[in-house]
Amino acid sequence: MPTTTADSERGFCRDCLTLQKRETGRCYHCGSPRATRHPELFQLHLAHIDCDAFYASVEKRDHPELKDKPLIIGGGKRGVVSTACYIARIRGVRSAMPMFKALEACPDAVVLKPDMEKYVRVGREIRSMMQALTPLVEPISIDEAFLDLSGTERLHGEPPALVLARFALAVEREIGVSVSAGLSYCKFLAKVASDFRKPRGFSVIGEAEAVEFLKDQPVSLIWGVGRVFAATLEQDGIKTIGQIQRMELNDLLRRYSSMGNRLYHLARGVDERTVHPDHAAKNVSAETTFNSDLSTRDQLAPILRALSEKVSARLKKAEIAGRTVVLKLKTRDFKIKTRNRQLAAPTRLADRIFETAMPLLEKELDGTRFRLLGVGVHDLTTPEKADPPDLIDTKATRRAKAEEAIDILREKFGKKAVETGYTFGQSSRFEPQQPSDREDDF
Amino acid sequence: MRVIIERSNLLKSLNHIHRVVERRNTIPILSNALLTAEGATLEMKATDLDLEMNEATPARVEQAGSTTVPAHLLYDIVRKLPDGAEVMLKVDDGGAAMSVISGRTSFRLQCLPASDFPALSSGSYPHIFRLESTALKGLIDKTQFAISTEETRYYLNGIYFHTHESGGKLKLRAVATDGHRLARAEMDAPAGSEGMAGIIIPRKTVSEMQKLLDDPDIAVTTEVSESKIRFTIGPVILTSKLIDGTFPDYQRVIPANNDKKLILDRQSFASAVDRVSTISSERGRAVKLSIADGQVTLAVNNPDSGSATEEVAADYSSDPIEIGFNAKYLLDVAAQLGGTEARFLLADAGSPTLIQDAADEHTLYVLMPMRV
Repeated sequence: MPTTTADSERGFCRDCLTLQKRETGRCYHCGSPRATRHPELFQLHLAHIDCDAFYASVEKRDHPELKDKPLIIGGGKRGVVSTACYIARIRGVRSAMPMFKALEACPDAVVLKPDMEKYVRVGREIRSMMQALTPLVEPISIDEAFLDLSGTERLHGEPPALVLARFALAVEREIGVSVSAGLSYCKFLAKVASDFRKPRGFSVIGEAEAVEFLKDQPVSLIWGVGRVFAATLEQDGIKTIGQIQRMELNDLLRRYSSMGNRLYHLARGVDERTVHPDHAAKNVSAETTFNSDLSTRDQLAPILRALSEKVSARLKKAEIAGRTVVLKLKTRDFKIKTRNRQLAAPTRLADRIFETAMPLLEKELDGTRFRLLGVGVHDLTTPEKADPPDLIDTKATRRAKAEEAIDILREKFGKKAVETGYTFGQSSRFEPQQPSDREDDF
Repeated sequence: MRVIIERSNLLKSLNHIHRVVERRNTIPILSNALLTAEGATLEMKATDLDLEMNEATPARVEQAGSTTVPAHLLYDIVRKLPDGAEVMLKVDDGGAAMSVISGRTSFRLQCLPASDFPALSSGSYPHIFRLESTALKGLIDKTQFAISTEETRYYLNGIYFHTHESGGKLKLRAVATDGHRLARAEMDAPAGSEGMAGIIIPRKTVSEMQKLLDDPDIAVTTEVSESKIRFTIGPVILTSKLIDGTFPDYQRVIPANNDKKLILDRQSFASAVDRVSTISSERGRAVKLSIADGQVTLAVNNPDSGSATEEVAADYSSDPIEIGFNAKYLLDVAAQLGGTEARFLLADAGSPTLIQDAADEHTLYVLMPMRV
């Protein structure tokens, strides 16, 4: 059993999983350069696993002829890059980059529209493999998750580090996509570690080295420090985590309130967050970026209807319902507006989502040109109490029944079998180009 | 402005006034109360632009004048002054601040000019009638709980008052519904209310009314125009905008042909509902009523914690029926029914059920069943 951890054994080869006797160099057994060594290697238990260029990897798996070509997953003239494969990334293509810019940087790239259903399916396969390792799996998105492997050593007969390496090899072999893993003692550094050497990475950050490691890193590495907050910090002269390490908690609290608390602790490698396996979806939403900016009711209503139906379909499939409808708009100058409305009872009907979001949209139609429209349902709950019959609005009950009938027809004869007048004859334009799977994973 | 007033008088008025003022305001002056000292009274006024409350209270006016100060702050100050104290309110010469002085305590509050204080334009009120406070409060109490909070159907966010001819007599009816339940109460229409179109009084106004009507046997003067209503209750004048919308034709919601009659002891039924619903932590869990000859079995099932049942004796002789209701809605209705016996008229498990006090025809409730 490789559970003993004599100094000389704190390392293994990620290809043949042989424990390493020597302190440095390639694997003495198979000669692979992927030998991992770390003094705390067999004590750490918190892992973050992230698939490498997930959508692109899945497509390359299914289209072997694209293996050596730069591949971009994303949509349309005006769409943005969802995922770029590593070849395209070398040429400067980045996620969320507008497609025209990506094609400027990499004109010979192959562009594929995302096939979310397939990615969700593959993501689920990988997730069930994770769940075979530990019940403590907290999915962050379709292709990444935190795993707490503490206490599994006797079950697996080997320490978490080896379990993780074995898992990475198994995913490559069985699913056909590669993953990067980060191993540490807390969520924050596990995530940092998995981002460290992508693709096919395996990085370890131990407790003893955390402060030293963080010292020279940019503040943007800290979870919750985005572009805007990083700019604020830079204005205050703070660029590295080391600078935060030298500051007092009170000082940070005064300057940045609750965020100061987070900065103080994370900068010192202190992160008490635990892995929550039942981290369920918080909302279900769909959005689309238009080919050209739109501003009128006639243009936007059909899109809203199509998006409402999409959200509704996902709610129904996942057997959930939501109480708050949220409308999202992005103006041509990239300002994001959200408007929400709470319902008396949770819903999962396209009709109610649309009828609730439409007045919110109408209020915003003052000639402003929008480049993106989205609709979502928050405040999720079980479906039993969704869409109760209503004393006053008896037509609502009829519309709900009609929708049920439409759903059955669509199931049998396809999506286009029945459509409302809003979307009839113009549907292909409204297929969301940038699938949104941020907080939800349906 | 300089005025001396008894703390208890000031507190009583402020207690009414400050509730109108929203805690958070984007328009600064809406956080303030308007104080006007003139003759032998101090008049206080607060508004949220939909609802305005005005109350006059006796005071010793040494120098007439007016100003506005933060209402919640003034209320909190006066509340903490000792019982029986006298309070002096004095505005600086410049009008920028008002001092609140009582004994050895003094505060200085920043003012905003009285001329900036908004007024709900008055206009004329074609319908004027007087109501007994107890009767009016009765209508509100019996219906208020059914008011909807849903923003989409804003016209349900209040109580609908209208006159209705029934059995040769003109009635004043109050109706509220949120789509799941409906409450209707009525009283004899007061003289002067004839020909008044139906009006929807917003929820906030209704709940302020309810608090002001606690004193029994005051005559309430009610004035109604197309868009506003004004109540004069003793020294208080409450002016409110009405909800600008059409209340749905609720009459068609009230079932007329429900033929399964169930009579229950109201109190023991309410207690039983309360007991069995303990098992459901979540709000809005259904109570299943299994109704058969002479008996109702109440059952609640909570997959997370367990289940509960209770049997209640009942007067029932129709075909057995199983029907589910939101426990909270049943309790709300039971609490307002009064009387000893409650009468349910049922049709089937999917249709609205009519509930009344067996001895009182003036009030009725309709509940939409839940799937169980």
